[in-house]
Amino acid sequence: MSEITIQNLSRRNFLQGAAGLTLGVCLPLSAQATFVLPDAARIEPNKRFEPNAFLRIGTDNSITVISKHLEMGQGTYTGLATIVAEELDADWASVRIEGAPADASRYNNLLWGPAQGTGGSTAMANSWMQLRKAGASARAMLVAAAARQWQVPVAEITVAEGVVRHAASKRKARFGELALAAANEPVPESVSLKDLKNFRLIGKHVPRKDSAAKTDGSAQFTQDVQLPGMLVALVAHSPRFGGKVASFDDSVARQIAGVVDVVQIPQGVAVLARDTWSAKKGRDALTVQWDDSAAFKLGSDEILASYRELAKQPGAVARRDGDAETAFASAAKVVRASYDFPYLAHAAMEPMNCVMQLSSDGCEVWNGEQFQTGDQYALASVFGLKPDQVKLNMLFAGGSFGRRANIHSDYLIETAHIVKAIGGRAPVKLVWMREDDMRAGYFRPAFHHVLEAALDAKGTLTGWRHRLVGQSIMAGSAFEAMMVKNGVDHTSVEGASSLPYAIPNLTVDLHTPKDIKVPVLWWRSVGSSHTAYSTETFLDEVARAAGKDSVALRLDLLAKHPRHAGVLRLAAEKAGWGKPLAAGKKGEKRGRGVAVHESFHSYIAQVAEVTVRADGSLKVDRIVCAVDCGIAINPHNIVAQVEGSVGFALSALLRGEITLKAGVVQQSNFHDYSLLRLDEMPKVEVHIVPSAEPPTGIGEPGVPPVAPAVANAIAAATGKRIYRLPLAGQDLRG
Amino acid sequence: MITLNINGKQRALDVAPDTPLLWALRDGAQLTGTKYSCGMSLCGACTVHVDGAAVRSCSTPVSTVVGKRIRTIEAADADKVGQAVQAAWRKLDVVQCGYCQSGQIMGAISLLQKTRKPTDAQIDEALQGNLCRCATYVRVRAAVHEAAKQLGV
Repeated sequence: MSEITIQNLSRRNFLQGAAGLTLGVCLPLSAQATFVLPDAARIEPNKRFEPNAFLRIGTDNSITVISKHLEMGQGTYTGLATIVAEELDADWASVRIEGAPADASRYNNLLWGPAQGTGGSTAMANSWMQLRKAGASARAMLVAAAARQWQVPVAEITVAEGVVRHAASKRKARFGELALAAANEPVPESVSLKDLKNFRLIGKHVPRKDSAAKTDGSAQFTQDVQLPGMLVALVAHSPRFGGKVASFDDSVARQIAGVVDVVQIPQGVAVLARDTWSAKKGRDALTVQWDDSAAFKLGSDEILASYRELAKQPGAVARRDGDAETAFASAAKVVRASYDFPYLAHAAMEPMNCVMQLSSDGCEVWNGEQFQTGDQYALASVFGLKPDQVKLNMLFAGGSFGRRANIHSDYLIETAHIVKAIGGRAPVKLVWMREDDMRAGYFRPAFHHVLEAALDAKGTLTGWRHRLVGQSIMAGSAFEAMMVKNGVDHTSVEGASSLPYAIPNLTVDLHTPKDIKVPVLWWRSVGSSHTAYSTETFLDEVARAAGKDSVALRLDLLAKHPRHAGVLRLAAEKAGWGKPLAAGKKGEKRGRGVAVHESFHSYIAQVAEVTVRADGSLKVDRIVCAVDCGIAINPHNIVAQVEGSVGFALSALLRGEITLKAGVVQQSNFHDYSLLRLDEMPKVEVHIVPSAEPPTGIGEPGVPPVAPAVANAIAAATGKRIYRLPLAGQDLRG
Repeated sequence: MITLNINGKQRALDVAPDTPLLWALRDGAQLTGTKYSCGMSLCGACTVHVDGAAVRSCSTPVSTVVGKRIRTIEAADADKVGQAVQAAWRKLDVVQCGYCQSGQIMGAISLLQKTRKPTDAQIDEALQGNLCRCATYVRVRAAVHEAAKQLGV
């Protein structure tokens, strides 16, 4: 990439203030900004400043980057600040990060149109040029201010580590010293961005900015917010989706010390108390009769059985290439398999929670806020406010994996109804116990897939049919009309309809059952969490049937997809694909398996090595990963995200399953929805493909290839193919 | 009122005797670094030290810890072991969402106080009850080794 010049679209609408320079892109004049400090205290906007979009430079040399995206573990805060600091040539140690307020006019996700929110592994991808320009503009203005003060040409000025220098006159100034003068400089019409080779932070090991606060207990999560007079609310929820309160007896609950009030809300019965433990005792002392007349009452076995029936008929077409029917009619060999995928809970370590306060001018929320625009509309609707009267303070989220970006704003609306029911007389912290969180729905939808492959006499893959059955995430949301086309919710089929392999005759179709009322949602990697498994294990089975090597067959079919092929070759090479695997102990069988998948425009191949012990138990020994996510902004974090994705995916593969009986979720806590443990974590090696492509996501793409790579390794070890997830309870010995 | 010795200070807390130590710390003493996640000793996010031993504060009634020394993440840096663990965690950028990390760190400090140079198997045994949904496990293990190295034997 050469030096590029871009047009800066910023309006000149920042003012000189008493304490520094305020900068941004497309700043509205009237917006009020409130930022959350690490100690959860709030500062009022300095009236002498325009509220800024992404950057504030203080006279004390502090550099404050405003993050429009949620930090939920994926490293966004550090990554976004790195982009700004790179173009600004800031001293990294002086950089701090604040969460942005809800204001889609400044902080919309550029890949989501007018909406503000975090998800789909888009934070870096959509912010890349936006924040480079923000940093470069500020740098240019600091340089211009120095040139004016020192009466030297701009071209003779250099900037490094937060210091502006003019070598010939031996003058220098820290950013803070120039901040006020820079605020008087015009916003440059265009700015030059750095050539990749000149990056000092991007691509280097930049430590996480949130490490200190997250290792001394000071990091503020929603769970930690305390407001004067705040009441803690726990809710008795219907055991079934769609159940309503018929009647309840709160006489015992009201006698518990600390309990202040009990209110009925559409979601159940809420107990409000002065502290969490009193609220829990009060909630547990309620007797509630539920009206299940409109509740959903099927079990997950019945749901999947109905899906298998549906799969016998053609569905809505998501993709059709060539003529699959003819290919199958003339096939020398047909391979067929079907797959069952369970519901999965996100089970973030911080159960869902929310703090909300009503005031004369609106509603204020403290939340691990992932979908600002949707939540503003939803809460405005409950309270009869305008969306911009809903002020959202974005705190750290103790994990999310998609759960906090809820297109139905479930737990926020629940909090709003409690606040409304008490007439807004106190701030309320809604706390879900683990059991509430586990049973609240918004699961990764259960799916049934059927795959068929047609091979000709030479073993060439001539036809592919993939049918999927499962609930739509978008159905019933405000986004249904936009996101569901011709009966196909893209999130149901992504990864299947985008199959990269060169197969001339291919059909992907989908059934979306409308009568299953289990709330569903995206779960880290969304559709690819199941489509990568079925496509990559099935292709492996096809390779065996055709007598071909799993890597060689894939490479043959990926000629037009160099990035897929690139990561596949790299992972295979690093894993020693084709070389014999060291033998296990007596009675153990070892195997190696591969999978490659693109999601969110990032490409990842993984080679798994497993041991199946004599008793049929599984040990995942090592996973070698090759990643192409464009320019690696923070390689250390990319490695961390892929390591974490491996563990997250293994939890689901090994044991992850939410089941229902007569509509009631059977799991409640970590004893029956158990997560991967330290002793089960395999060795993970991550290799990053050097790239000059724009950066893409890394929070999710590491997840999809894990389960198929491990399943293919099990098949290589024992011959056993896995058609139903999770592995728990299945004999892997072949 | 119950008086507890928390991080070297006597704290009088207005909580019921059956209140789990977790909620007494969080809602009573305003020490929110110790986290709630399961409430049943299943995940380790609420790990604190009581008389030097790692315990799950979510399942420990306050009435059972009166007169005992309680140490939370807020006092993790009170000794060399704690400082070494925090430094190692920061050096290796262990944290992701961070919600379980107070418990991981208190578990690691407890391990290193007893076992100055733990093996992988000893780390597994000591910390396998500390769940991390972000699966930072590779780095948790590496950071315990790093802290041990910094402490010397």
